[in-house]
Amino acid sequence: MTIAVLTLIVLAGSYLAGLLGSLTGLGGGVVIIPLLTLLLNVNIHYAIGASLISVIATSSGSAVAYVKEGITNIRLGMFLEIATTIGAMVGAMLALHIQTSVIAVIFGVILIFSAVMSLKPKKEQVNEVKSQWAEKLKLNSSYPVNNETINYGVQNVGGGFLMMLFAGIISGLLGIGSGALKVVAMDGIMRIPFKVSTTTSNFMIGVTAAASAVVYLQRGYIDPGLSMPVVIGVLFGALTGSKILVHTQSSRWIRWVFAVIVTFLAVQMIYNGWNHKI
Amino acid sequence: MRLGVMISMTIVFIGGCFYWYRHSSETANYSKFTGVPDFVHSASGIWHGILTLRGRAIIQAGIVLLIATPVVRVLFSMIGFLLERDWLYTAISLLVLSVIIASALTGHAG
Repeated sequence: MTIAVLTLIVLAGSYLAGLLGSLTGLGGGVVIIPLLTLLLNVNIHYAIGASLISVIATSSGSAVAYVKEGITNIRLGMFLEIATTIGAMVGAMLALHIQTSVIAVIFGVILIFSAVMSLKPKKEQVNEVKSQWAEKLKLNSSYPVNNETINYGVQNVGGGFLMMLFAGIISGLLGIGSGALKVVAMDGIMRIPFKVSTTTSNFMIGVTAAASAVVYLQRGYIDPGLSMPVVIGVLFGALTGSKILVHTQSSRWIRWVFAVIVTFLAVQMIYNGWNHKI
Repeated sequence: MRLGVMISMTIVFIGGCFYWYRHSSETANYSKFTGVPDFVHSASGIWHGILTLRGRAIIQAGIVLLIATPVVRVLFSMIGFLLERDWLYTAISLLVLSVIIASALTGHAG
């Protein structure tokens, strides 16, 4: 097909991906890569490169608001970014040497994990236990709710750090934001309030993606002709999604539909990877 | 930081227009991995490409700017910590910056 047709299809698909990604919190990357590789027969390296760039664009835009409101824990984010950036660098290096079919299978597995995680009910938790390390690293903090301030403590710093290292590797290897893994680290392992973990995770995603993007850039994995419609489409889709979110409550059925679609795509990716078709 | 995203996206869009104007009727070929054209693969190539209005060079410049945006944010955070006299976090931010720089430098080798 001509570049004109491809660009338009990618633009439309990316818009949809960005829209659904922001409405369900799964991110655009998880739909973009299967769309490009399965439907349009794009080589997975180009797809991952383009997706990574779109991840930077969407995360940088949305993170600002929450920092201003005082919900994001900046110190925690910065500390964990040590782990995520090292992981991202490692992940990008791995991507240069691992077979693309293996990358496709790993992608499918992580995708299913993210879909399942997005359906789990979110419970608010405020943990007041302060671990020694959290005190030393000044990670314990508070956040405003309506007009009061809620204090919270951070536990299991080491475990959270390791999980973030893993999240960074996955992000660098697959070109996605790894938001689900980051939330697991902060919410599940470090026992941080849900609102803080999602906003802080958002804060970190851009830097993590940048760490692996610089590797991909130099290896020629980021093609301008392909990245251009992807990043424009996803950004506008995400903007539309967040506007819609403000006006309506996120409905369960959208998450379910998206989770089903994503799982289907994930199975396709695993199948194709397994049979070396990717 | 949102400003950085807006500026880089505008550059990407402008580059996209030039790219479309010149290449839209060509056949797309992304199924095999062949890297990227030489002129967008080096800083001098991109600069020269911008001057000669080559769409892909302009797009790539916008992308580089986009990647730089979160890095600049870390830099600003570091300066913020420095001003607060929070030495621990100044050091931590510096560490994050060094990892990103190391990542950029080692991207070429191997």
